[in-house]
Amino acid sequence: MAVLILEQTLNGLQFGLMLFLMAAGLTLVFGIMDLINLAHGSLYMIGAYLVAAVVQATGSFLLAVVAAMMGTAAIGVLLEVSVLRRLYTRDHLSQVLATFALLLICNEVVRLIFGSQPVMLGMPAALAGPVQLLPGFSYPAFRLAVIGVGLAVAALLYVLVGRTRVGMWVRAGASNREMAAAMGIDVKLLFTAVFAVGAALCALAGAMLGPILAVQVGMGESILILAFVVIVIGGIGSIRGALVGALLVGMVDTVGRAFVPMLLRSFVSPAVASGVGPALASIAIYVLMAAVLFWRPQGLFPARA
Amino acid sequence: MRNRMVIGTLVLLLAFPLAAKHWDQLFYVSFASRILIYAVAASSLNLILGYGGMVSFGHAAFLGIGAYTVAILMEQGVSSAWVSWPLAVGVSALFALAIGAISLRTRGVYFIMITLAFAQMVYYLLISLRAYGGEDGLNLAERSQVGFGLSLANDLTFYYVVLALGVACLYLLRRLLNARFGQVVQAIRDNETRMEAIGFPTYRYKLICFVLAGGVAGLAGALLANQSGFVSPNLLQWTQSGTLMVMVILGGVGYLYGGALGAALFLVLEEVLSAYTLHWQLGLGLVLLAIVLYAHRGVAGLFDGRAAARRGADG
Repeated sequence: MAVLILEQTLNGLQFGLMLFLMAAGLTLVFGIMDLINLAHGSLYMIGAYLVAAVVQATGSFLLAVVAAMMGTAAIGVLLEVSVLRRLYTRDHLSQVLATFALLLICNEVVRLIFGSQPVMLGMPAALAGPVQLLPGFSYPAFRLAVIGVGLAVAALLYVLVGRTRVGMWVRAGASNREMAAAMGIDVKLLFTAVFAVGAALCALAGAMLGPILAVQVGMGESILILAFVVIVIGGIGSIRGALVGALLVGMVDTVGRAFVPMLLRSFVSPAVASGVGPALASIAIYVLMAAVLFWRPQGLFPARA
Repeated sequence: MRNRMVIGTLVLLLAFPLAAKHWDQLFYVSFASRILIYAVAASSLNLILGYGGMVSFGHAAFLGIGAYTVAILMEQGVSSAWVSWPLAVGVSALFALAIGAISLRTRGVYFIMITLAFAQMVYYLLISLRAYGGEDGLNLAERSQVGFGLSLANDLTFYYVVLALGVACLYLLRRLLNARFGQVVQAIRDNETRMEAIGFPTYRYKLICFVLAGGVAGLAGALLANQSGFVSPNLLQWTQSGTLMVMVILGGVGYLYGGALGAALFLVLEEVLSAYTLHWQLGLGLVLLAIVLYAHRGVAGLFDGRAAARRGADG
């Protein structure tokens, strides 16, 4: 039992950190430019596909991750300059429609190039086996690496946003765009940069989750909604909020999925428990979000004072 | 001029199935029923989104609840439309009451997100209903019974029933919007603070509007379950809510016929594009993108002189 709890906690941490990679870009885009970007999940999908393609071509996972991050960042900048830039001054409705259209386009283009079958993305050979963490408890090395990468990126972002001049510009942009522009910050350029970094982080999340989940068209949609839940819980525009929200959602989702059916089994029949359990676990996240919105309508760490 | 267009459209809609039957193209009658059903659903969303200013990203939940109410009742042996359709409306409206009562305490983006959250909850709730198909969904044994010697199994009869209900919905919507209630709701959309200061209970008005829209979406769901003979949690997926929203924006937010127009355009576009290519979503995406970038007020806005004047004034 203790082993199971430990394992599920690590899984939750790993999933939460990957959600953070997605949510970090999304929350800044949302916070600075007030843009609802439904196509953010598509960048994650594109990243995962690029990783799979480069791995197939070169056999090097590391090279693939770097190439995918750069490629996805380039695609992100292209999207931002060509379409999204026109949407900043428009209402949320237009943004939803336009980015929904982008989502459809991205899905179809990927399907045109790679086909509709899921693409295999193997783990790098060096990390394929399990690692013994404690006597009697081993954990997949790749998942450990994912946790390591996630923690490193989170720390890096925290320092970048919280301690550097560029980070200060970003925070200023998120809390009051007009004032930041009036103070001489090139918000337009800043935003393109933020968008590129956000896209690269999406690709990184795609690369890390690709071998664990599946690389397929539509993979971005389910995780996109979770990323939105994360940033709403954390407070739109706040990196710290995104981290806390992501870990919260990752834990609740993973741990709930593992233990709710088990708990239910002691109250109801196993058949009912295995049917209702996972659904209840999925609902838990949304209950969490609704509760946060109800009592703290601005999220846990509001960026706008 | 406007009335003439409405009457002309009505005549076309009435005559269409007879023509289709004459040329033996009954498939199109079923397709047209689907369009009419989505027209009702999109119009109900337009009521809260366009006139109420409430951007709900979870409207598919009410559609799905209505559909599931009919399917589950049929599974339990209740197949009379006179029982199951009003119940579908009632159950959807009840859900809308609960969801709206909580969601309407939030504003802006947070309202979008909390309605989405509730729709996702309903989605997972239905997946957990193993007894009613769970993730795989549920087949309806037959179409609902209406009595009076009419059988909805006949696609023509079904089409006319849907048409009658759709026209009734749009007529009532028009009456509602011109009545005091509709005027108040639109005024709240334009300036909620002022309406509150004048003394209107704005929260209550918005909630009633939300419940009405939920109920009408439930009716559309009941019809949709009958049309396709199948319900599944996919009906409530968030992309479905997105599609309904796209229909409204496509047609024209806050135009009486915006929802209906958008639903027709969207489904026809989907049908035509998918006949030519497997990758029809690419074409759909490009068309949507062009519309949002170049036709700000939807297709209805293109024909609206006032909107054109406003566009000119905006530069």
